[in-house]
Amino acid sequence: MEPFVVLLPLFGALLAMPIARMGGPRAAEIATTALVGVACVQAWLLFFDVGIGGHARTISLFTWFQSGNFFADWAVRLDTLSAVMLVVVNTVSFLVHAYSIGYMHEDEGRPRFFAYLSLFTFAMLCLVTADNFMQLFFGWEGVGLASYLLIGFWFKKKSANDAAIKAFVVNRVGDFGFALGIFCVYYVFGSVRFDDVFGMVASNAVVVPWGQSVGAPIRELTIHFLDWDFHALTVIGVLLFIGAMGKSAQFLLHTWLPDAMEGPTPVSALIHAATMVTAGVFLVCRCSIFYEYAPNAAAMITLVGATTAFFAATVGLLQDDIKKIVAYSTCSQLGYMFFAAGVGAYGAAMFHLFTHAFFKALLFLGSGAVIHGMHHEQDIKKMGGVRTLLPLTHIMMLIGTIAITGVGIPGVKIGDTPLGTAGFVSKDMILESAYAAGEAGKAFGYYAFVLGILAAVMTAFYSWRLIFLTFYGPTRLPESVRKHPHDVPTTMHAPLVVLAVGALFAGMAFFGNFVGPNADKFWNGALYSASAAAHAPSHEAASAEHAAPAAHEGSAHEAAVSEDGHGEHHFPSWVIWAPFFAMLSGTLAAAWQYLRGDPLRLGLLRPGGMIYGFLKNKWYFDEIYDFLFVKSALALGRFLWLDGDGKTIDGVGPDGIASAVAAGARRIVKVQSGYMYHYAFIMLIGIAALVTFIVFRLGGGQ
Amino acid sequence: MNELVAESLAGQPWLSLLTFLPLIGAFGIALRQMMAKRGADGEIGAVEQKQIDKVSRDVAFLFTFGALAVSVFIFVAYYDPTLGGYQLVEHAAWLGGGVSYKMGVDGISILFVLLTTFIMPICIAASRAIEKRVPEYMIAFLIMETLILGVFCALDLVVFYLFFEASLIPMFLIIGVWGSKGEKTFGGFVMPSRVYAAVKFFLYTLLGSVLMLVAILWMWRFAGTTDIHALQQTTFPAGAQKWLWLAFFASFAVKMPMWPVHTWLPDAHVQAPTAGSVILAAILLKMGGYGFLRFSLPMFPIASADFAPFVYALSIVAIVYTSLVALAQEDMKKLIAYSSVAHMGFVTMGIFTGTTQGIEGGLFQMLSHGFISGALFLCVGVLYDRAHTREIAAYGGLVHRMPFYAFLFLFFTMGNVGLPGISGFVGEFLTMAGAFKVNSWIAFFAAFGVILSAAYALRLYRQVMYGDLTKSGLMAIVDVDKREIAMLVALLVFALFLGVYPHPALSVFAPSVEILTTNYDAALAAVGAR
Repeated sequence: MEPFVVLLPLFGALLAMPIARMGGPRAAEIATTALVGVACVQAWLLFFDVGIGGHARTISLFTWFQSGNFFADWAVRLDTLSAVMLVVVNTVSFLVHAYSIGYMHEDEGRPRFFAYLSLFTFAMLCLVTADNFMQLFFGWEGVGLASYLLIGFWFKKKSANDAAIKAFVVNRVGDFGFALGIFCVYYVFGSVRFDDVFGMVASNAVVVPWGQSVGAPIRELTIHFLDWDFHALTVIGVLLFIGAMGKSAQFLLHTWLPDAMEGPTPVSALIHAATMVTAGVFLVCRCSIFYEYAPNAAAMITLVGATTAFFAATVGLLQDDIKKIVAYSTCSQLGYMFFAAGVGAYGAAMFHLFTHAFFKALLFLGSGAVIHGMHHEQDIKKMGGVRTLLPLTHIMMLIGTIAITGVGIPGVKIGDTPLGTAGFVSKDMILESAYAAGEAGKAFGYYAFVLGILAAVMTAFYSWRLIFLTFYGPTRLPESVRKHPHDVPTTMHAPLVVLAVGALFAGMAFFGNFVGPNADKFWNGALYSASAAAHAPSHEAASAEHAAPAAHEGSAHEAAVSEDGHGEHHFPSWVIWAPFFAMLSGTLAAAWQYLRGDPLRLGLLRPGGMIYGFLKNKWYFDEIYDFLFVKSALALGRFLWLDGDGKTIDGVGPDGIASAVAAGARRIVKVQSGYMYHYAFIMLIGIAALVTFIVFRLGGGQ
Repeated sequence: MNELVAESLAGQPWLSLLTFLPLIGAFGIALRQMMAKRGADGEIGAVEQKQIDKVSRDVAFLFTFGALAVSVFIFVAYYDPTLGGYQLVEHAAWLGGGVSYKMGVDGISILFVLLTTFIMPICIAASRAIEKRVPEYMIAFLIMETLILGVFCALDLVVFYLFFEASLIPMFLIIGVWGSKGEKTFGGFVMPSRVYAAVKFFLYTLLGSVLMLVAILWMWRFAGTTDIHALQQTTFPAGAQKWLWLAFFASFAVKMPMWPVHTWLPDAHVQAPTAGSVILAAILLKMGGYGFLRFSLPMFPIASADFAPFVYALSIVAIVYTSLVALAQEDMKKLIAYSSVAHMGFVTMGIFTGTTQGIEGGLFQMLSHGFISGALFLCVGVLYDRAHTREIAAYGGLVHRMPFYAFLFLFFTMGNVGLPGISGFVGEFLTMAGAFKVNSWIAFFAAFGVILSAAYALRLYRQVMYGDLTKSGLMAIVDVDKREIAMLVALLVFALFLGVYPHPALSVFAPSVEILTTNYDAALAAVGAR
C-alpha cells in the first residue's frame, strides 16, 4: 500500500491529458486533484504511524541500477524525516491543485498544467522517500524538470522561457556538485545506499576507498580529491551542499528563484516556496551524520545560509512586484533553515521547513488571489486599498504576515510550548540555536545569529510594506479594476483558510515533537547528533543506522533543555527578546513609512543612491553572471567552432592538405587572415596538454 | 512447442543467416530493377519506375524487419545472458594460414546486434521523403545492415576488417548521392557540399583504417592467427603493444569520433539524409567504442593503461569543447552532431577507466545514445520534411501547431540532457562514477558536460518550439503523422524503459565485462602496473 502515496500523483500526471481529451478539462482537474487528495490522506496516516507511532520502515520495489557494486533500488523509505516531507508535499500540493481549479479556469492549457503539477508532486515524493542517493538524485532532477516546465508554462512569453532555462541550468550547476558528491560517496564507501553509508559513519567503520591499499576509520579518513588531500566527509559534505545550494537558491546560486516567478502563481506557492526549494534543506538533514563529523562543511552551510538570509532580505526591501517580494522572502527563510542545519539544529531546520510551508504557501496563494482579483496586476505600487475589494484575502494575507514576521509572546509558555504563530515558534528556535552554537564556539554561530536578527528586522519591514502598499491607503488602481474586481471563487479561498490555520497553530501544535521534549522519540534516529551519540556509545555497535538515538539538536540549547527543562534560562534574556524587538522595529518602521501620508513618498533609500542602486539591482548578480558565464560561454563556443574546428582543425587537416595538394605551398602562405586565432588556438591545445600532464602524473600511481 | 522448434533449429549458422539476410533483400531489389521493362531509349518508364520504387521500399522494410525478428529470436532462444564467453560461434575454413571465417557474439556485442536490427526498419520507414534513385538507396541501406551486423558478429580480425572497411562505402554513397544541396570549395575545386562531406568522411576514416590494416598484418605474423579469441589470449610484447594500440586507436578514434578528429561528423550529419544521420549516429559511431572493447583493452592492456590518461584528456576536451561549440550552432543537425561527440566522450572516458562501472556505463551510453540521438535526428527530419530547412532561427512557436511532436521532442531533448529516468542518464552517470574512482579530475571536468548539455539542448528546444508562431511558412505546419509517431514512440519506449529499469541491459553486459576487467587487471598486475 505504501508506494501509492508516491505513485498516485504519477497516475494523475499520466492520466490528465487522456482524461481531458475524453471528459474535458474539468474532469482532468478533478481527477488529478482527487488522486493527490487521496495521497495526502495517506501521507497523514503514515505520518502518525511512522512519526508518532515510531514504525519506520523501507519498502524496496525493484532494482534500478546494478553495475558491479554500484547498486540502487527503487524504494519507499519511511522514517520520520520522509514522513514529515510526505505530509508537507502532499498537503500543499493538494491545496494548490484545488486552488488552481479556480485560478487557472480561463487558461486553455489547464490539463497540461495539472499534469505538470502532479508530475512535480510525484518527483518530489520520490526524492523524499529515496533510500539511496540515486533515487534522491532522480527526484532531484525530476522536480527540476517539472519546475522548468511550469516556469515556462506560458511559453509564448519570452521572459518565461528565459526564466525556465535559467532555473534549469543554474540548478544544473548545483547538480554538478551533487553528482560529484555522489561519486565521492561511492568511491569512499563502495555504496550509495543510505543504510550502508550512514551505518558506516555511525559505527566509525574502517573503510578502504577504491584502489587504495590501506583504509582508515571513516571519520578520520582523508582522500585525494582533485590535487589535494582532504578530509573525506568534508569533501562529501561540501559537494552535496553545493547541490543543495542550487536547488534551494542559496547565495551565489539564487539568481534563478526570483525569475522563476514567471510561472503561474500556484506553481510559485507549491514549488518555489513550500516544497522543491526546501529539498536542499532536506538533503542536509538527511545527511546530518556527515555534517556532524565534518565541522568545516557544516560551517560552510552556516556561513552561506546566514548570508543568504541577510542578502535576500535586503533585496526584498525594494521590490515592487508582489511575487518577487515573496520570492526573496522565501530565499531568505531558506537561509534560516540552512544556518540552523549548519549549527547542528536539524530539528529546528526541519521545523521551520514545516511551518514555512504553511505560511509561505499562504502568502503566495494570497498574492495569487490579489493578482487574480486585480486583473493580473502585480505591482504593489499600483494597488492600494485592496482591503475593501478583497476582505477575506486581506485577512488571510494578514495571518500569513504575522506568521512570517514571527508574532508571538517571548517567555510565555503553555506547558512546554511557546505562545505564538508558526513562524515565531520555529524562527526563535533557530536564532536561539545559532546563539547557542556561537557560545559553544561553533564557527559562524554568532555571525548567523546577528545576521538572522538583522534579517528578521527586514523581514518584518518588507512583509508589512507589502501589506500596507497593497491593502491600505488610498487606492491607485484604475477605475475598471476598482469597479469590477475579479471574483475570488471558493475553491481558491478554501485552501487559504486551511493554510491560515496551519500558519497560526502548526508551530504550537508540533513544537513538542519537532524540537520539544518528545523530539528524540519523534525523530527516532532520522536526524543524527554527534553529541547525543557520544552520550550513548553502547548503542553504536548494536545496529547500523539507528544506532544513535539522535537528539533533534546537537546544540547547547538541547543539552540545556534536557538538563532542567527550561532551556531559556541559559540564554541571556536579550537573546530571548531580540527576535521580538527585531520584528517590532521592522513592523513599526514599515508602518511609519507606509501608513502615514503618501505611501509612495521617498523613504530612507532614495533612487540614485548607491545602496538603492545596489539593492534595486539585486547586488548586480545577474549582470555579473551574464558577463562571466553566459556571454563568455557563447563567445567561447563560437570561437572554438569557427576558429578551432573551422580554421585550425579543418584548416590544417583535410582542407589544408587538400589545398596544399591542389595549389602548392604558395597558397598556404597567402592565407594570412586567421593567424591571430591560430595562436590562440595553439594556446588552447597547450591547456589540453597541461590537463593531460596533470592526469598523467596522478594517473601514473594508480 | 516453441522450445521444440528452438531445439531442433539450434546449431544452425544463425549469425551468418542474420548477417546476410538483408543482402538477399538487396539482391532482390537489384534483380527487379534489372528486369524492369525499358523503353526504346533504354530508360525505364515513369510508371514502371514508380512501381519499382514501391517494391523496393516494401522489400527493404520486409527484410530489415525480418532481420529484427530473427535477431530477437536468436537472442531469446539461443543466447544465454548469464555466460560471458562467445556464443553461437560459427567456424569455417577460409583463407588458411590462421585466417578463417568465424562469427560469434558475447555480452559486449549482442545488444549492438539488436540495436542495429531495431534501428534499421526505422531508417527505412524514415526514408519516405527520398524520391531520387529509390532502389539504389534501399540497396545501400540493406548492404549497410549486412556490413554492420558483420562487424559486430565477426570473431576473426580479417573478417572484421573487411566488414568494418566496407561499411564505409554505402555510407559514403548515402551522403554523397542522397545528401542535401549547397556548394563548397575544397582544394580549389567547387563541389556540392554533400560530396565534400562524403569525401571528408571517407578520407578521415580511411586514414585510420590503413594504420589498422598494418597492425593487423603485424599481429598475424606474430601470432600466426587472426582469430580474435586467440588473439585476446595472446600476450603481445609491451613495446609492440604501444604501436599496435596507436594503430587501432587511429581507426576507432575517427569512428567514435574523438576530438580532434571529429570535424567530419557535423558535416556528414548535416549533409546526410535523415535516415543516414540516424544510422550514423545510432550505430556507425558505436563501432569505435566496440572496437576499443573488443581489441584495444583485451589485446593491448598494458598500452591501454599507459595511454589511458591521454584518452581521458581527449575525452574531457571532447565533452567540454564540443558542448561549448554546440552552444553556438545555428543548424539543428550540427548542434545534435556536436552533442553526439560530447556524449561519445563519456564513452571513451568510461571504457579506459578499466572499471566495471566505466565499461558498463560506456556500453550503456552507446546503446542509449542509439535510441536518443537516433530519435533526435528523426525529430529534425520531421521538421525538415515540412519546412525544408535545418536552420534553428527559421523555426519558433511550433508547440502551438504540433503539440504531440512537442512532447516527443521534449522527451528526447531531456534524454540528451541526461535526465534520470531516461536511458541517457544511466550511462553518463556510471562512466563518471567509474572515472571518479580512477581520478577525480576526470569526473570533475566531465561533469561540466552535465551543465553545458542542459544549456545547449534547452536552447535548441526553446528556439524551435516555444515563443509565438510568427513565421508565415509555419502557420500551416501539421503535427506528426501515424508513421512518425510509430517510429518515435518505439524509440521512446526503449529509452524510457532502459532509463527506469536498465537492469536487463546491464545484466547482459555484466558477465562479459567481468571477464574483460579480470583479464585486464591480471595483465596489468603481471607487469606490476596495478
